[in-house]
Amino acid sequence: MNNTQVIVGMGSCGIAAGANKTYDAIKNIKEAYDCNFVLKKTSCVGMCFREPLVEIIDDTGYFLYGGIDESKALEIIESHLRDHEPIKEYVVKSDLFPTDDDQYFEGQVKIALRNCGHIDPENIDEAEYKNAYRALKNIGSKDISRKDVIKTVLDSGIRGRGGGGFPTGMKWQFAYQSKNDDKYIICNADEGDPGAFMDRSLLEGDPHAVLEGMAIGAYAIGASQGVIYCRAEYPLAIKRLDIAINQAREKGYLGKDAAGIKDFNFDIYVKEGAGAFVCGEETALIASVEGERGMPRRRPPFPAVSGLWKKPTNINNVETFANIPYILLNGAESFSKYGTEKSKGTKVFALTGKVKNGGLVEVPMGMSIRDIIFKLGGGIQDDKRVKAVQLGGPSGGCIPEYLLDTPVDYDSVNATGAIMGSGGMVVMDETTCMVDLARFFLDFTQKESCGKCTFCRMGTKRMLEILTRITEGKGEQGDIERLEDLAYQIKDNSLCGLGQTAPNPVLTTIKYFRHEYEAHINKKSCPAKGCLTLLKYEVIPDKCTGCTVCAIKCPVDAIDGARKEVHFIRQNDCIKCGECYSRCRFDAIKLS
Amino acid sequence: MRISRNRIETNSELAAPEDLYKLNPLIKKYKGKKGALIPLLQGAQHLYGYIPRKAFEKIAAETGLELADMYGVATFYSQFRLAPVGKYIVKVCHGTACHVQNAKSITGALEDTLRIKDGETTEDRLFTLESVACLGCCSLAPVMMISDNTYGNLDRKSAAKVIRDMKLQEKKS
Repeated sequence: MNNTQVIVGMGSCGIAAGANKTYDAIKNIKEAYDCNFVLKKTSCVGMCFREPLVEIIDDTGYFLYGGIDESKALEIIESHLRDHEPIKEYVVKSDLFPTDDDQYFEGQVKIALRNCGHIDPENIDEAEYKNAYRALKNIGSKDISRKDVIKTVLDSGIRGRGGGGFPTGMKWQFAYQSKNDDKYIICNADEGDPGAFMDRSLLEGDPHAVLEGMAIGAYAIGASQGVIYCRAEYPLAIKRLDIAINQAREKGYLGKDAAGIKDFNFDIYVKEGAGAFVCGEETALIASVEGERGMPRRRPPFPAVSGLWKKPTNINNVETFANIPYILLNGAESFSKYGTEKSKGTKVFALTGKVKNGGLVEVPMGMSIRDIIFKLGGGIQDDKRVKAVQLGGPSGGCIPEYLLDTPVDYDSVNATGAIMGSGGMVVMDETTCMVDLARFFLDFTQKESCGKCTFCRMGTKRMLEILTRITEGKGEQGDIERLEDLAYQIKDNSLCGLGQTAPNPVLTTIKYFRHEYEAHINKKSCPAKGCLTLLKYEVIPDKCTGCTVCAIKCPVDAIDGARKEVHFIRQNDCIKCGECYSRCRFDAIKLS
Repeated sequence: MRISRNRIETNSELAAPEDLYKLNPLIKKYKGKKGALIPLLQGAQHLYGYIPRKAFEKIAAETGLELADMYGVATFYSQFRLAPVGKYIVKVCHGTACHVQNAKSITGALEDTLRIKDGETTEDRLFTLESVACLGCCSLAPVMMISDNTYGNLDRKSAAKVIRDMKLQEKKS
């Protein structure tokens, strides 16, 4: 029983679901009864919908328990460890028997996330056991040249995972060709897209993969300093990165003659971002690292020629870096065998919204969106109908239900008008209003516009005003055309990606859901019943028993009616809070 | 556009001068280093919970940074505050996933319970209500975060209850 391990998933989402309490409960039991098992922490395996997760590995096999709160923790410890009887109904994955949740893992290929949820991210020995830093050490021991490293990355076909989709190998080549004694390599961990948390999970779960990827990149282009630009909203990721960097220094993977590679001196520090979405843009990020307002700069010169402190600089996304060690260790072929002709490898998606099994999935490029939602995601909550999928966050677009067979690869997704983006995939059912969603994204980009380019600064504001007007039932004829006109002007006249892509959510919703815009403007109604100002709560006279509950609960006294008589809602006073609707026990209030 | 429209501190809230010595180690650490402006402001905010006017002036005087540059940076990034906040900052997530799960109603319920508007602080300086872009807990949407605790799968009722419970706790202690 010495080999028995109990491992608690402690990513940010696990902790939010109560993993700390679960961990403490197990620790207390272990100490109180002097139990003979090893208690460990790990990060997220991506099954956010089953958090908190507890993994038990014993002589018989591997058991992943889901939804384990304090009392269930006690149950599984007693039953599984003391009586050797696993509680099958709590098990979400095991190598001994199938479970209902197995489909979540079927079809997934874990390359970037290979170690997430399988190692203690604060312990470099466990990472090393799982091959961390082996690719970097090979460079030294096998004397692999910088050109060969770049060639392997080029051959793998990997493209930037932050959303741009530019071939990583080519980027490295440009930085390599710039002649300069000082070069920089930057990891973009400023994951600002609302609805995306791939980078956070990676940094929390396997920081060493990112550090190793950066070190390999630094060797390839000849950089001596690395910077990780991480969102300040991710305190746990920053903490684990700092621990990982210190451990890597102690082991000699960073510093002078790093990893035994002669004359390769390289170190990394973490720079905390201060909260600005536009800093996801390369040149704005560089300005921010230099301590200025994060406003983008004109290109050319590209960062590969003149970047941080005017030195050649290479910037890649977290997920890109995490893939690099795997590619170097296993060869370009091991990566390029997955995916489609032009989009190689795998992609991590944060699957959220109205989907049953929300979480982090890594799939080969080319899988259809429908398969991701219905096979991995288990379908739509409450078995409603899927209406659209939002890809790429505020820069992306909505893909309607009839295009769900679109494969996820850069070119197919671009053809729909959305973009691959960094990997946020938000599923929406029939209750989500598309006009309101477009307004939501425009509200975000309008606030985040840095203000440098007039069209982005003023144009997004005007678009937001029109959208707000439409959702409030004050839309006018010609509004749709005005929106389209502004959208193209903003796209054409903005310096950076923020402005160039900001109108995408509006353009795609107009393209695929024009009828919803028209209903708002012409009929002053919201088909999805999402826009509050256009809704009306009314009493159904046949069903009302006159119990007075709604009238008592109404916070603004907008409901009239005597006991045992049909009630009436005064529309002028109603604030549409929905209190009557949720309180009525006779379904006598309708929403129209 | 990115301008923080935060309330600026009033006279009664100015940090006492004796507190300013806390800045000394920070200034010593970053003085003369390139790219130090943002870490200096982050450090000052960490000490005081916001960046007092006097801290701006002291940092400018001792590091040679321009006050205008510092103010420009401080108002650009959403992290920086120019006025004191409540003991607890209630951050309601308005990311995409939370938005489609009706985060608006959560903010509404909290506004009603706390009797303040989004972005304001209660009179007793206990709570500040904020909307944030994304807390990265999308699978638990709608979500809010108070101090280091995250509360997921909220509705109007449960969100208000969290606040009421915290108020009670505060009264007891």
